[in-house]
Amino acid sequence: MNIFVLMKRTFDTEEQIVVKDEQVDESGAEFIINPYDEYAIEEAILQRDEHGGEVTVVTVGDEEAEKELRTALAMGADKGVLIDREEIEELDQAGIALILSTYLSEQEYDLILCGNVAVDGGSGQVGPRVAERLGIAQVTTATAITINGSQVTIRRDVEGDEEEVEVSLPVLITAQQGLNDPRYPSLPGIMKAKKKPLEVIDLDDLDLDEEDFELKTRNVEVFLPPKKESGEMIDGEPAEQVKTLIAALKI
Amino acid sequence: MDFSLTEEIKFLCKGVQKFVKEEVEPVAMEIEQSNEIPEIVKEKSKELGLFGISIPEEYGGLGLDMVGKCAIYEELGKTHNGYTTLIGAHTGIGSVGIVELGTEDQKQKYLPKMATGEWIGAFALTEPSAGSNAANLKTRAEKKGDKYILNGSKHYITNAVDGHVFTVMAVTDPTKGAKGITSFIVEKDFPGFQLGAVEEKMGLRGSHSAELFFEDMEVPVENVLGEEGQGYVNALKILANGRAGLAARNLGSCVKLLEHCMDYVFERKQFGKPLFEQQAIQHMLADISVQIETLRSLTYRVAWMTDQKQRVVREAAIAKLYGSEVYNKVADLAVQIHGGVGYMKDYPIERYFRDARITKIYEGTSEIQRNIIAGELKRGGGK
Ligand SMILES: Cc1cc2nc3c(=O)[nH]c(=O)nc-3n(C[C@H](O)[C@H](O)[C@H](O)COP(=O)(O)OP(=O)(O)OC[C@H]3O[C@@H](n4cnc5c(N)ncnc54)[C@H](O)[C@@H]3O)c2cc1C
Repeated sequence: MNIFVLMKRTFDTEEQIVVKDEQVDESGAEFIINPYDEYAIEEAILQRDEHGGEVTVVTVGDEEAEKELRTALAMGADKGVLIDREEIEELDQAGIALILSTYLSEQEYDLILCGNVAVDGGSGQVGPRVAERLGIAQVTTATAITINGSQVTIRRDVEGDEEEVEVSLPVLITAQQGLNDPRYPSLPGIMKAKKKPLEVIDLDDLDLDEEDFELKTRNVEVFLPPKKESGEMIDGEPAEQVKTLIAALKI
Repeated sequence: MDFSLTEEIKFLCKGVQKFVKEEVEPVAMEIEQSNEIPEIVKEKSKELGLFGISIPEEYGGLGLDMVGKCAIYEELGKTHNGYTTLIGAHTGIGSVGIVELGTEDQKQKYLPKMATGEWIGAFALTEPSAGSNAANLKTRAEKKGDKYILNGSKHYITNAVDGHVFTVMAVTDPTKGAKGITSFIVEKDFPGFQLGAVEEKMGLRGSHSAELFFEDMEVPVENVLGEEGQGYVNALKILANGRAGLAARNLGSCVKLLEHCMDYVFERKQFGKPLFEQQAIQHMLADISVQIETLRSLTYRVAWMTDQKQRVVREAAIAKLYGSEVYNKVADLAVQIHGGVGYMKDYPIERYFRDARITKIYEGTSEIQRNIIAGELKRGGGK
């Protein structure tokens, strides 16, 4: 079974976000694999171990993203593909989806996995857009995936409820938290990762150029959420405090 | 001299860092209270490959050089020292003998299982009558046919409880003193091997040191490690090899303590301002920082020299001595900076303070390190 995982390099969730000149300041920040994509990678490895085949992890980014691809290889993926987007200054989800689907349309795939959302932009659009472009089935927010021949049974999270869906391959599935428990890249895995293939291609290789991209979204403003105001301390005897609290809550 | 780590080592360190932060730090208090490292943490450490860092790649380990090992030890030093000791003793004195001195058959038999952590290693030299004076061993090994029969006991042996493979020093020829000692690879299942009492210690909780008893214990001749009569020299070599690693572990603990201090001095307010505003506090922090940086330079220099195959007897002893002295001083300053909180068990500072103390004692006391340094000075005329 040929499995592709779409992966994004994102800010470390523990980073302090700084907005400078209407943009998120990336200087000096730590980066990680988007945590939802980690579930996708783990699932790909588990499915490959069960059904055989190969796991290829694909990312659209710049040279820096090689680190996250190496991490995916260290976890157990077989191949990494970096699609260098450097030529294009501004790309939105539609553009990323165009690049990925163009790449994938030339590959033989049975299963495409990706995260439900990226923790930075949080759009959740790339996966579904890729599936649309490829004209294959898509199932989002998966919490369990069972493959039997070409039949796939997926349990998905629907806003806290659960739903079971059956589809046949090929399918694109987005991973929800709880799908699995992603492994740490083992130390021997890290040593082996440097010997695994990591292919770098650019938009030329995909016959794409600037004219093919049209922004479907526009950033109106970038700003941080308002700071939480500090709470109010209620003084006095407990009975009095309760009264004040109830009065305050009634407004 | 190039002090930068390769991309690969940085990658490994990042992996260890993440693991330590997410899997070990959260259970540090639990380890301290229960005196046990949770089985799941041991299992996950094995899966990560931590038990194989000093074993060559062809036997399933990582085959890291000394600089690489030290970088990982530094990361491991940043968490509970009992946990650090389990891995440190296994990857250091518990397995280095077989790696450095073992025959091909011995390596094939032991190293792959030690690399995965299935078999944990320990080093058994010390006896009640032989501490600093390690040549004064009483454990006897007498050759009978194709076996040696060992009788005697050891004490304070780290990893004795979890251990499967022991590097044991015993006297094969009592007329020859230090030259009558031989090292053996002993498995816990050998007939006549018995685990004794587990020591109650000041610190290093979760790491267990215990007595070993050998009663007519049968060790096949093929388990002689190195040459007969070379056991004392072997033991010194194994210990010398571990010294840079111990310095690196101490370095990591100092770095972690400084981190704790930096958090605390900005959070804690007295006299209407954070502690950091007090110059006395700033000076303590500066002193910690100076000691950390000097220890860092020294540690990685010795590691680098080791990788260049230079003689590092004096330098390794200096690093072991200095690293343990620095760790103790830094731990003391950290307690002082934290005030009462530094003395309380629900905060990790006092734990480091207790755990620091052992580093001046085991793997050769500070006094013995000074003896080694002086001996080397005499040998080289001070150069
Ligand atoms: C927690 C722990 C774990 C250990 N783990 C191991 C292990 O895994 N394997 C193992 O084999 N051993 C182990 N040991 C033993 C350890 O290496 C010895 O305790 C240490 O070498 C000191 O020996 P001793 O305790 O007999 O002290 P002694 O040798 O009796 O020393 C007492 C004091 O006298 C000083 N002294 C002794 N001789 C001299 C001298 N010639 N010049 C100057 N000062 C001197 C010492 O420095 C020390 O201050 C461990 C010990 C502890 C406490």
